[in-house]
Amino acid sequence: MTNAPDAKPVLQVRHLTTSFRTDDGIVTAVDDVSFDVFAGETLGVVGESGCGKTVTSKSIMRLLPEHLTIYGEQSEVIFEGKNIIRANEREMRKIRGDKIAMIFQEPMTSLNPVFTVGWQLDEALKYHTNLSRKQRREKAIEMLRLVEIPNPERRIHEYPHQLSGGMRQRVMIAMALCCEPDILIADEPTTALDVTIQAQILDLMNGLKEKLHTAIMLITHDLGVVAQVCDRVMVMYAGRAIEFGSVREIFHEPQHPYTNALLESIPKRGSRRSRSRRLPTIPGIVPSLRNLPKGCRFNDRCPACQQRCIDEEPELINHSLDRPVRCHFPLNQKTQTESAH
Amino acid sequence: MALLQVENLVKKFPVRGGILNRIQGYVHAVSGVSFEIPEGQTLGVVGESGCGKSTLGKTVIRLYEPTDGRIVLKGKDITALGPAEMMPFRRKMQIIFQDPYSSLNPRLTINGHIKEAVRFHNIVPPGSATDDYIDEVLQKVGLRPEAKNKYPHEFSGGQRQRIGIARALCVKPDFVVADEPVSALDVSIQAQVLNLLSDLKEQFGLTMMFISHDLKVVEHFCDRILVMYLGHVVEELEADDLDQQAQHPYTKALLGANPIDDPDDRRPLVVLQGDVPSPYNPPKGCPFVTRCPVATERCRQEMPRLETKSAGHRVACFEVE
Ligand SMILES: Nc1ncnc2c1ncn2[C@@H]1O[C@H](COP(=O)(O)OP(=O)(O)OP(=O)(O)O)[C@@H](O)[C@H]1O
Ligand SMILES: Nc1ncnc2c1ncn2[C@@H]1O[C@H](COP(=O)(O)OP(=O)(O)OP(=O)(O)O)[C@@H](O)[C@H]1O
Ligand code: SF4
Ligand SMILES: [Mg+2]
Ligand SMILES: [Mg+2]
Repeated sequence: MTNAPDAKPVLQVRHLTTSFRTDDGIVTAVDDVSFDVFAGETLGVVGESGCGKTVTSKSIMRLLPEHLTIYGEQSEVIFEGKNIIRANEREMRKIRGDKIAMIFQEPMTSLNPVFTVGWQLDEALKYHTNLSRKQRREKAIEMLRLVEIPNPERRIHEYPHQLSGGMRQRVMIAMALCCEPDILIADEPTTALDVTIQAQILDLMNGLKEKLHTAIMLITHDLGVVAQVCDRVMVMYAGRAIEFGSVREIFHEPQHPYTNALLESIPKRGSRRSRSRRLPTIPGIVPSLRNLPKGCRFNDRCPACQQRCIDEEPELINHSLDRPVRCHFPLNQKTQTESAH
Repeated sequence: MALLQVENLVKKFPVRGGILNRIQGYVHAVSGVSFEIPEGQTLGVVGESGCGKSTLGKTVIRLYEPTDGRIVLKGKDITALGPAEMMPFRRKMQIIFQDPYSSLNPRLTINGHIKEAVRFHNIVPPGSATDDYIDEVLQKVGLRPEAKNKYPHEFSGGQRQRIGIARALCVKPDFVVADEPVSALDVSIQAQVLNLLSDLKEQFGLTMMFISHDLKVVEHFCDRILVMYLGHVVEELEADDLDQQAQHPYTKALLGANPIDDPDDRRPLVVLQGDVPSPYNPPKGCPFVTRCPVATERCRQEMPRLETKSAGHRVACFEVE
């Protein structure tokens, strides 16, 4: 896909389909999603609540309840040449934290409230490295300093509840990074935080990408965050990947009517007297996974919808160079010759 | 005359502890806030989590008892009215809550919620049909009449927010506090609800206080903006001036931390170090002094007052000319 800094992806996801057994049958939350993540880049994943962002990332990490989850037969998550979607729990445990780390929206769910911050960092280091006790302590302090926690020597003795929300999130990041993973999956890492704290965390993640060449998959619904820190973007809708592009392409030349409508519906900063204008909206709501429309999943809300959209679901294809989009009538298309310039 | 005048409003919450459960100190949630809202206008309130926005909103409509200060609605001082005298004013001042789900009763249908409010305040004259009125209200907020017999959990987040709006507006208020009415919603639904609120505002001639931590939303929706920090107003200005005229270092920091939706306009985001101090133990001097990039010795000793810098623009900072 476009504008990747390195030619070889560190992670390849192919035809990922994730379904759940529920009381009233099977629901498919992620449906045939494929993408690559490259070293030294931040891939943004955006879309409305329930579109399958978290399920995608937890499928990669294999953190979904195994007895309720069904992965499609074609599904592959290729890491270091191996399809890890069928790996056993022991193999996964080696990969998680060590090679692929994840930070969650709510840090308290992954920090253990009864142990100190230092103890938790020490456990992670014990599991994934051969460092001595003294070296581990030094490394823990170094990691806390890296995420800009003041007085790390003192903080390692504190419990998670003694830290503010922003500091907890930074400890989470320190834990995720202490083994220098190849890939960091960050699921709404700043959604619960204030903008000034969010700015600190995003800056930190940018630094990692540059210094350690970590590949980052950043899940967010905040398009401002995407514009500021992502290199490439995958847009999801109702379990489908519906558009890929570089961050510039997505913001300046969105091809899918959903991406376009999403961008238009945010109030613009600094536009004087914008309030006399009504905001452009997307009518209706996201369809239920149990009751998806026939044809294009966006057809009941799409301003460009035509008969063909109701009859047949569009494939994810390149209408113009290297810009996969799942729509029969994409916007802002460039011909091959135009984009060659 | 302003529809609402608030003077020097203070709200402290006692903190109890120890074996005797004595009062050990106070959370200074709102510390001396003054403003006016002219009829038909919307005042935006912004600031980080815990700075006192919700407490201010709830105290202004007397859901919380003010610790000090004065609240004047349509020329009438309502600060110390007893429950009976307060009754007619309760109807006039409504709130749309931050979390639409926890503010709705899970066992009550939508019809039940609205009927309760309508009956309590005698909105529909005896003899005429309450049901017709409820249908009308639901229609105004974009819900179908069938929604009436459903329970809150049967609705999506955006629809629940519409129910909260219907419940606040069904008693025909003059003044509405909207506490983060769109924060929990996806952007596409957020735009729907914001448009709905502006239509209703126009239709009913509402005066509003609109609380949000999202500068984009406040700038879009409000006429004037109050910026709060640790219970204090640090700046007050026209929404149109926010982008270019903001002067307080905190307002500037908020603006600088807000990610801009344009990949061609990338900026270093970090502008402030550290976290907001606890309102249990606010710093001496300027409330912003612990994080302020331009603080001086004077800021550590003395509290800057909110001063008028130009017409309609007030700033509390020693370092602003
Ligand atoms: N264990 C489960 N059983 C059944 N359905 C599930 C399960 N986990 C998730 N889902 C469903 O899968 C869909 C996708 O959920 P997911 O959490 O991936 O959404 P998301 O894009 O991360 O949304 P948000 O922005 O709200 O976090 C949702 O409809 C959700 O209800
Ligand atoms: N009922 C209460 N009793 C004691 N303290 C309270 C109470 N309500 C709020 N506080 C405290 O008062 C301060 C201001 O809280 P408030 O809810 O007004 O903030 P806010 O600006 O609305 O924050 P948010 O953006 O998170 O909603 C906080 O420190 C809070 O913990
Ligand atoms: S395929 Fe049709 S309905 Fe779907 S997004 Fe494109 S134009 Fe709209
Ligand atoms: Mg999620
Ligand atoms: Mg609040």
